[in-house]
Amino acid sequence: MREEFKKGLWQNHPIFRQLLGMCPTLAVTTSSLNGLSMGLAVVFVLNFSSLIVSLIRKFVPHQVRIAVYTIVIATFVTLADLFLKANFPLISKALGPYVPLIVVNCIILGRAEAFASKYPPKLALLDSLGMSLGFLWGLVLLGSIRELLGEGSIFGVKILGAYFEKWVIMVLPAGAFIVLGFLVGIMNYIEKRR
Amino acid sequence: MKSLRIILVLSLVGVFSAGILSFFELLATQKIAQNQRKEIEEAIVRIAPATKKVERLKDYYKVFDKDNRLLGYIFLTEGQGYQGPIKILFGIEPNLEKLLGIEIISSQETPGLGAKITTDSFRGQFRGLEVLPHIEYTKKKSTKPNQIQAITGATVSSRSVVNILNKKILQIRKEFKEK
Repeated sequence: MREEFKKGLWQNHPIFRQLLGMCPTLAVTTSSLNGLSMGLAVVFVLNFSSLIVSLIRKFVPHQVRIAVYTIVIATFVTLADLFLKANFPLISKALGPYVPLIVVNCIILGRAEAFASKYPPKLALLDSLGMSLGFLWGLVLLGSIRELLGEGSIFGVKILGAYFEKWVIMVLPAGAFIVLGFLVGIMNYIEKRR
Repeated sequence: MKSLRIILVLSLVGVFSAGILSFFELLATQKIAQNQRKEIEEAIVRIAPATKKVERLKDYYKVFDKDNRLLGYIFLTEGQGYQGPIKILFGIEPNLEKLLGIEIISSQETPGLGAKITTDSFRGQFRGLEVLPHIEYTKKKSTKPNQIQAITGATVSSRSVVNILNKKILQIRKEFKEK
């Protein structure tokens, strides 16, 4: 059972191993805080939708399962979006359209289809917890590296002083691809060495 | 029988989802509207720090100081930037000749380059800027009272801000003249 939780954190990491959910991964990780907020929104959506999908898995006819999953996911995404807009307007503004776009994040529909719809709630939750936390640390790492090199800070705290020439490209889209490429490469290398 | 079950399940899921959402929407809308109002109010005070009273009219605000003297008008306007729309709140003196200041409410300019239009050093140039005959920009040091210096590497974004303002100001002057 521990395997179901652990696989999302490293072995089957949604970003670095499965390369899923690339749209938010690349687009919103311009800073650590944005990465963290996006990650937390996905933690919320993925766990609740996995739980619900698992609970109703026996009642849902096979032909309409994707439609049902999509409604379930969209409901939680809208809740997350409303919550951010009402309580953290600045974060909501920074993430822009990427919060509503969690609906089409393939990690979530992927876990619903591949796992939650086939296993009891307890296992489904362990799986979604591992996957979403894996996604979370991936986004925070990516955001932190980009913010460090692009702005000289992490979570808004200055780390590199005035001597450091900011790499503007790191906060631009191209920087996202560069950092992601290196991280995927590093993870593959570590896996090969094991 | 089978299709009946499909219809039933889909409808049930839909109804549940709609119910939950409308409940939370009800809770959130008020707060969201409040946030937006607060954002505008704070921006107004930054544009005209002497503001003590704000009067809301149909499509603009009138701001007054502590002696109830008219400080100027505040307008919200929007136009195309380099990567997306730029929304600007700006204040103009009662005679419509000088700007009080501007605030960028939202923009999607390039981080590190165009996004500098939100910095104090760029926006500060609009404080007390003359708008007649129209606002100009230059890539060198500004030499005229109606001129600002564009951001290095982000001329398009700087020009967009200037153009958006000029367009709105022209329209305002026309409308006010007719009154």
